[in-house]
Amino acid sequence: MAANIQLDENGRLRHFLSIEGLNREIITEILDTAESFTSVTDRIIKKVPILRGKTVANLFFEASTRTRSTFELAEQRLSADILSLNVDTSATVKGESLLDTIRNLEAMQIDMFVIRHKDSGSAHFFAQHVRPGVSVLNAGDGQHEHPTQAMLDMYTIRHHKQDFTRLRVAIVGDIMHSRVARSQIHALNILNTAEVRVIAPKTLLPIDTESLGVQLYDNIEQGLRDVDVVIMLRLQKERMRGAFLPSEKEYFNLFGLTQERLNRARPDAIVMHPGPANRGVEIESSVMDGSQSVILQQVGFGISVRMAVMSMIVGQSSRGLSSRGQSSLQGSA
Amino acid sequence: MHGISVAIPSVDTLIEKLTQALKPYFPSDLLPAKQPIIVGIETGGYWIAQAIHRAIKPATDLGHLNITFYRDDFTKIGLHPTVKPSSLPTNIDGKTIILIDDVLYSGRTIRAAMNEIFDYGRPQRIVLAILIDRGEREIPIQADIVAETIRLEPNSHIKLDGPDPLQLTVKSNGS
Repeated sequence: MAANIQLDENGRLRHFLSIEGLNREIITEILDTAESFTSVTDRIIKKVPILRGKTVANLFFEASTRTRSTFELAEQRLSADILSLNVDTSATVKGESLLDTIRNLEAMQIDMFVIRHKDSGSAHFFAQHVRPGVSVLNAGDGQHEHPTQAMLDMYTIRHHKQDFTRLRVAIVGDIMHSRVARSQIHALNILNTAEVRVIAPKTLLPIDTESLGVQLYDNIEQGLRDVDVVIMLRLQKERMRGAFLPSEKEYFNLFGLTQERLNRARPDAIVMHPGPANRGVEIESSVMDGSQSVILQQVGFGISVRMAVMSMIVGQSSRGLSSRGQSSLQGSA
Repeated sequence: MHGISVAIPSVDTLIEKLTQALKPYFPSDLLPAKQPIIVGIETGGYWIAQAIHRAIKPATDLGHLNITFYRDDFTKIGLHPTVKPSSLPTNIDGKTIILIDDVLYSGRTIRAAMNEIFDYGRPQRIVLAILIDRGEREIPIQADIVAETIRLEPNSHIKLDGPDPLQLTVKSNGS
């Protein structure tokens, strides 16, 4: 995607659109900030006033449960006023009507948009057209990126494994259709992960995978050997109609994560899945509920990570909540 | 270099003054559950609170407040994710909290700290203990216990460095 409009002139976050184009410093800062938000959940009042007086609109042009609800909770825990819209895609034609949506919502004085859309690049499109001072967060755009998901995955990995430079991470499944995988691969590479493997049937590998700096495997037994982290992807059933795969059952036989296969990874390997998981298709039920699975932890971490990204955007905007008329605040005690 | 030179007593002396002033809040016949909770504000206040906590040895662990998320100038100065998150050792409902900070100036930090404390529960009382009160309040907040009061020129800045050793320095910015 074109110029990095997600950063301001000082290299700080203005929008959050893609992992591609971010540096290790910002990614690490997001992870650190997320960590400081975890304690908010332990308190009687699970709120901090960072987005107080701000309005966030969640625009989901595509269905979502987990991402949407964790975004909403993150916004509420930051004290924002929120508006969630499920926009019927069938009625929307890309281009002018999307612009119309932006203009209408801007008239309602929205400060931040969280957007999921079936078209790649839609979040960038939004970001290019909002007024200065309004921010856009990508909650998944087509087959392009899903950056907050990748950040919560990085958070989960760091929580369990600390140092990325010593890790072997395997991503298993439908890499070609997965915006999650794309964001994850960028993030893992930016964090200098020792080895990133993708394991998939040849028909589900995008042509440019090698340029992403990953090792390719079309055999799961080989691919899982000695890895520290296994990330399963959802088999996107809606894509099954094409010639990509013969059947779900055969997919499970060839690429499903069973305990036997997982035993080829390191004994302390963790199993992740962005959800929603198809039990018995890409992952065996007992592995999903097993001791190596951190899948439910990922959901909880998703709230802290989304709080971190939103607060970093607001904390950096000198435009935000302006006209306080306060001087010499720096270092006020 | 111009600006007034201010004689500041040593940090240890000031901490000892605060400790002595706070001891009456911890009578020996008080049940541990009724004892006040000492809470230090990140970062300087926490260092001082650590020293006082070591000297008084109360029943409850030391509390730690990182008020970053509650600052009224948050959108201007942003986050400092390297500081550790707040943690209070126990349920604070009905308890006395001894809130400790290094320098009391505009009063905004204390306002933010109190806002945060009330998100943890409803304390019965908050006692504010301060190492240095330099005056020039911007909001009506006063300390209950002050180890030292000083006056500085508007552009000067007093800062506690630490944690080892703890040292107060005065800097004049606008010269």
